[in-house]
Amino acid sequence: MGFKTFIKSKKILSLLAVLTLTGTHLVMAQDAAAPATAAATGDAADAAKSAMWTGVEYYLLLFLLACVVIGIVGKILKVYDLTRQIQGKSELNWNGLMASICIVFLVVGLYGAYWEFTVQGTETLPEAASVHGVKIDEMFNVTTGITMVVFFITQILLFTFLFRYRHSSKRRAHYLPHNNTIEKVWTIAPAVVLTVLVVFGFFTWQEITNSADAKGQPSSINIGVTGHQFKWELRYPGKDNKLGAVDYRLVTADNKLGIDYKDKNSTDDLQADTMYMPVNKSVRLNILAQDVIHSVYMPHFRVQLNAVPGLPTFFKFTPTITTADMRNRLNQPDFEYLLYCNKICGGIHYNMKLIVRVVNVEEYQQWLSHQKPYLTDALKKDLKMASANQQKSITPNRLALNN
Amino acid sequence: MSTVAVHDHGVVHHEEGHGHHHKETFISKYIFSMDHKMIAKQFLITGITMAFIAMTLSILFRIQLAYPDKSFPLMETLLGRFAPGGRLDPNFYLSLVTIHGTIMVFFVLTAGLSGTFSNLLIPLQVGARDMASPFMNMLSYWFFFLACVIMLSSFFIQKGPASGGWTVYPPLSALPKAMPGSEGGMTLWLISMICFVASSLMGGINYVSTVLNMRTKGMDLWKMPLTVWAFFLTAVLGVLSFPVLVAGVVLLIFDRSMGTSFYLSDIVLNGKVMPFEGGSPILFEHLFWFLGHPEVYIVIMPAMGISSEIMSVNSRKPIFGYHAMVYSLIGITVLSFIVWGHHMFVTGMNPFLGGVFMITTLIIAVPSAVKTFNWLATLWRGNIRFKPAMLFAIGMVSFFISGGLTGIFLGNAALDINLHDTYFVVAHFHLVMGSAAIFGMLAGVYHWFPKMFGRLMDEKLGYLHFWLTFIGAYLVFFPMHFMGLDGVPRRYYAFTEFESMKRWLSVNVFITWAAIMSGMAQVAFLYNFVTSIFWGKKTTQNPWQANTLEWTAPVEHFHGNWHGEIPTVYRWPYDYSKPGAEEDFILQTTPLSETMSSNLPSDFEDNPVGLEAHSKWVTANRPNEEVK
Repeated sequence: MGFKTFIKSKKILSLLAVLTLTGTHLVMAQDAAAPATAAATGDAADAAKSAMWTGVEYYLLLFLLACVVIGIVGKILKVYDLTRQIQGKSELNWNGLMASICIVFLVVGLYGAYWEFTVQGTETLPEAASVHGVKIDEMFNVTTGITMVVFFITQILLFTFLFRYRHSSKRRAHYLPHNNTIEKVWTIAPAVVLTVLVVFGFFTWQEITNSADAKGQPSSINIGVTGHQFKWELRYPGKDNKLGAVDYRLVTADNKLGIDYKDKNSTDDLQADTMYMPVNKSVRLNILAQDVIHSVYMPHFRVQLNAVPGLPTFFKFTPTITTADMRNRLNQPDFEYLLYCNKICGGIHYNMKLIVRVVNVEEYQQWLSHQKPYLTDALKKDLKMASANQQKSITPNRLALNN
Repeated sequence: MSTVAVHDHGVVHHEEGHGHHHKETFISKYIFSMDHKMIAKQFLITGITMAFIAMTLSILFRIQLAYPDKSFPLMETLLGRFAPGGRLDPNFYLSLVTIHGTIMVFFVLTAGLSGTFSNLLIPLQVGARDMASPFMNMLSYWFFFLACVIMLSSFFIQKGPASGGWTVYPPLSALPKAMPGSEGGMTLWLISMICFVASSLMGGINYVSTVLNMRTKGMDLWKMPLTVWAFFLTAVLGVLSFPVLVAGVVLLIFDRSMGTSFYLSDIVLNGKVMPFEGGSPILFEHLFWFLGHPEVYIVIMPAMGISSEIMSVNSRKPIFGYHAMVYSLIGITVLSFIVWGHHMFVTGMNPFLGGVFMITTLIIAVPSAVKTFNWLATLWRGNIRFKPAMLFAIGMVSFFISGGLTGIFLGNAALDINLHDTYFVVAHFHLVMGSAAIFGMLAGVYHWFPKMFGRLMDEKLGYLHFWLTFIGAYLVFFPMHFMGLDGVPRRYYAFTEFESMKRWLSVNVFITWAAIMSGMAQVAFLYNFVTSIFWGKKTTQNPWQANTLEWTAPVEHFHGNWHGEIPTVYRWPYDYSKPGAEEDFILQTTPLSETMSSNLPSDFEDNPVGLEAHSKWVTANRPNEEVK
């Protein structure tokens, strides 16, 4: 086969090696020239660049060295194995070696998992700062307990079986094609456990996602959250605790949310830069997106819901721990609750955050009284002009409703 | 066509065996081949190439995550405008993530896995000379190749490849102005995906019809190896769900290029009011995940089938609960159509619907659990040979357990609220469908390499490859769970903007180096694969002492698989270590009449004549048995 000799040819191989080396050198030279022409990179950056270059070459050589070492070790093993065979001794027992590595892997792996749980497991989110979050955490702990038992048992069985039943030419495997009893047991047992999890999960989920205020309950504080590339806009209702209607067709430079001021509820709507919430009061987020899908994610409250253009979504929850309290509990004086985007939305997706503060009711009222209304003077002027021009009223023309 | 069409089995008009009744040119043998074995190799090599490309992309973005503030001039040299100043552009980072996901899920683990092994094994294991339609099979490969070329070509256009995530949710993917990747790159992504689905459908229809119509004499459905069952059910799943993706994609093309509003409504982009009205982005999510969820089973089921077969062969023991294994595969197939909504718990879908999807999702865990326990029972009291293929099959089981258990968290809608789209999800699916499926695929490569190339792969390099990859994959994905539990979102270009995420930087550095190590380990595989094709040790006809039909075919390849008549099948494929048998394996082609000493009454279900003969033989030979 021509192809085979082509690969095997030492000339071709050495030519390839020379090409690679000169190639990298050329590339390096090019790059060394680049900073000279491009100004304003700074000395530090240049130094970093040159350091990096030795780095890449260094790692490449290191890898090649590792390959050579592996090759040599392989050859040595082969020679060793052959001499043993010539001397009439048995071949190297690779099968037994693999079985031993399995058991070593099991022990080291179990320790590794334990280490991860104790070290990194403590670096996860602090306790839930909302009423429903506590329930989610409870369910999380139960699920973790059950699954970890299964995890450890099955992995331990898997690797000990491998070691225990490694190959031996002296015995035969046990012919066991099926056993209906045990199969029934391990079909029904997971089914029962999962049913329990499903039932609890289902009711908790129904409770959490019920975003309407029940009759007789004090009404929730409505907060509007609107996402667009790459910022969140907040809207607080005024004294009426009702957010006015919005229509995307009304969006202008001054009316960035497209608030419809024909709706009387709109006139006292307030804008804000930080999301303030009173502690132990039910809050209802009115979530919307203007351009692409975003996701309102507030992990400390165990809150997440997508913001979808054209589909308003709602999440009702009750924060229970104030920011100040949480700072004390975590012993982090600069701790802040955060709201960030958790659905890919474009280049700056990774930096779309909003600070959330939970305060007591008095502070909240005080803060609210300092917020400015959306209806600015400029906007008022625009609106007047619009009505003077007798603009046609926009009628909704939706073909499909999603909610 | 008639010169190359393969004759029906059983009817041999002229000597097929000599193979020169029609001359094969280089083009008809290696390029536009209609031989299922060659097409399988084409799929495999294309799949491996795509896997290496996707792996390189992942290492690029892992470097960004580990060293977000460092500049790597090499990146600028290699990527040019996509990495100005040696640092990845945030938009290009998203492109890398998107294309890594797309290539791995569709091009490697769907086409590379199903395409390779369904093509190779279905005809060989059911006893057929080729696929039902060899020509369509060839088209299937070339559509796949075209899809690969189109997908990769998007790296060479001005604005770069698609970057809206592999799920390409509109409006991000539908509005060209929303991000650079949603311009030309997205168009190429959509075209590539349509070619890919065409390829998948042609392949799938072929697999289904071959399994249903072309089994050899005696090969009833309950005598098929689990590999064939898995490929068959996978193909059924693909044929029923892939068209839905095309529907979704075509509507997206309309929205992008023809001004329709299937997925778009109420949009203000960069302060500009867009004219779209009445659509719903949720509709796309439904259409996408109606394929997308079966897709993860399309990925994992062949790996399950391959692992079952390999574990049985190398434990020298029948697979435990063959019927339960088949029924659980069927259960997974059926249930996988009604669980897609668990990807959409927090999208604003009606919460009641979310509750229903949660119930169906957790039900699908039952057949998965049954499979896991059956694998463990297969190993129990086996006589385990650690071939590289066996190690990879075991790795598949280990990953499937680790990743599958976290699925119980994510399938629970209430828990999903806080875990959705975090690194917990990344860890979950990379273990359960990424690593597990790729290990199934590698197990298959090591196991059937002799069948494909007539030579053996080097075992020692295989061991090295396995341990480095296995440990590396755990080191990469295990810590990610904890990042997810701390609320670290996926698809973030850098974690430097959030004070609370900075503490994960050291973990990210660790993960990146573990990923680089596993990446380097693949070089051992590549070297082993390429050199073994040309210089590997020549194989014998049945190197693993396996029972299935493909090992009765001659080592040398010719179009038609068997000289003379296709062998007849008399027994199920898992008669390993049967008490009373001379050797610890009995080929499927050995009639029960030749193995009187090892027959069991259960071998004669629905065969009263055989059972009578068996009981007669037992009474006649009982004294001998007792003497033993």
